[in-house]
Amino acid sequence: MAALELLSAEGFRPDGRRPAELRKLRARMGVFAQPDGSAYIEQGNTKALAVVYGPHEMRGPRSKALPDRALVNCQYSMATFSTGERKRRPHGDRKSSEMSLHLKQTFEAAILTELFPRSQIDIYVQILQADGGNYCACVNAATLAVIDAGIPLRDYVCASSAGLVEDAALADLSYLEEAAGGPQAALALLPTSGQMALLQLDSRLHEDRLGAVLEAAGGACRAVHAVLDRVVREHVRELTALLGD
Amino acid sequence: MAAVCLSEAEKLYIVHGVQEDLRVDGRGCEDYRCAEVETDVVSNTSGSARVKLGHTDILVGVKAEMGTPKLEKPDEGYLEFFVDCSANATPEFEGRGGEELGTEIANTLYRVFSSEGSVDLKSLCINPREHCWVLYVDVLLLECGGNLFDAISIAVKAALFNTRIPKVRVLEDEEGSKEIELSDDPYDCIRLNVDDVPCIVTLSKIGYRHVVDATLQEEACSLASLLIAVTSKGALTCMKKIGKGSLDPESIFEMMETGKRVGKALHIALQKILDEEESLGTTRQKVGFLG
Repeated sequence: MAALELLSAEGFRPDGRRPAELRKLRARMGVFAQPDGSAYIEQGNTKALAVVYGPHEMRGPRSKALPDRALVNCQYSMATFSTGERKRRPHGDRKSSEMSLHLKQTFEAAILTELFPRSQIDIYVQILQADGGNYCACVNAATLAVIDAGIPLRDYVCASSAGLVEDAALADLSYLEEAAGGPQAALALLPTSGQMALLQLDSRLHEDRLGAVLEAAGGACRAVHAVLDRVVREHVRELTALLGD
Repeated sequence: MAAVCLSEAEKLYIVHGVQEDLRVDGRGCEDYRCAEVETDVVSNTSGSARVKLGHTDILVGVKAEMGTPKLEKPDEGYLEFFVDCSANATPEFEGRGGEELGTEIANTLYRVFSSEGSVDLKSLCINPREHCWVLYVDVLLLECGGNLFDAISIAVKAALFNTRIPKVRVLEDEEGSKEIELSDDPYDCIRLNVDDVPCIVTLSKIGYRHVVDATLQEEACSLASLLIAVTSKGALTCMKKIGKGSLDPESIFEMMETGKRVGKALHIALQKILDEEESLGTTRQKVGFLG
């Protein structure tokens, strides 16, 4: 069987996108009433939910509280039915623990934690359907949820993945492209300043090509930023309309 | 579950209201909250449904996988239930915090579905003693606003209704070795008959009366509840007392009667929604969590 062609001679990807094109991105804020902030995002067939509780008093051992800033607590879980083959447990495996850690790192860089000393902010993300770019969908959903909770951020955190196929950098990889096993990078960007909150590169990549991959991921992050910004503005407009003038 | 703290005065207000058949949100004692049901929300499952009942939000995904039949029932497939109380619902469920409640709900579901004929398990058999379909019914709890059991059972029924299992054929060659062949047509599939799938009705005793579909506040006022599983014909398949208080035998019979009446109406309403959705077919605009 011939290997799957990830980029056709005409420059199209298996799902018909151009190399730098994103999947359809749709999002909504304020999905749930009980948490302080919540958001839902769809990136193509990847669907993620994020909720935020806090900032609140420390739960559990007080000794964990940080005297100068808030503790950011993240949990990443995947619904057991989210993947092609059924998962046995939604969280607690090695991969989700790593994801939780990555999310924590990303949001510690973005949230103005020093405003809330000795308190805790919980961010819980849930993948409902997995089709590549799970980490990125989670970061984007969590950003919206944090904004919905009214927690001050340095900037939006926008994430996107990118890969390299035959010298062409592909943005926003789908599961099919991820599974092909080429080099891929996940990037979380604070778009206004251009700072990177998280960068992770898997498998081997020549140094000369790194620029192109990062460029593709960065471009995708900025495109995600434009969409997220529109969603936030629309949400706020709706809210103010409900409150009356 | 999101903790509710009620003062004595607030509790009294709720109890007195229930006595007059008028609840805090304006419902009568036998009224359900407005429920939203949508099927086929997760496309990589065999069947899925999302139910929103007040602030209770449930997502159920059914996955059909091939397995071996159980020894005692060699010509039947089986159902596996798993309930994930995700931290989305409340921070207390973080880590392993939701496991206890999850197991309790899953065990209740096993019991509810243990009665023969609730699902035609024989149709899940591919070839006896060797292969059968295992339906993994995974419940994801996204938000709890009271009355978890009822919402979950509605979602499970809707997801089972939506489930499509691919058709397979067993081919046998001369040496007797068997081969399983999957149908080429993705639309060639088995549907489950959900007419006899029970729904759970939880009746909470508040003061001298009982209410269905209690909110978190009402649950905080109720000492004991009776959980019954009713089929669309009004037959009971499971009954269980939950909560820390006790119930007297007379009220149990009263609650059973109410439960049957409410349960039948619930089945009719649910079936109507499911049929309506089904008739729209692919023209239906999927809302999911975006609406």
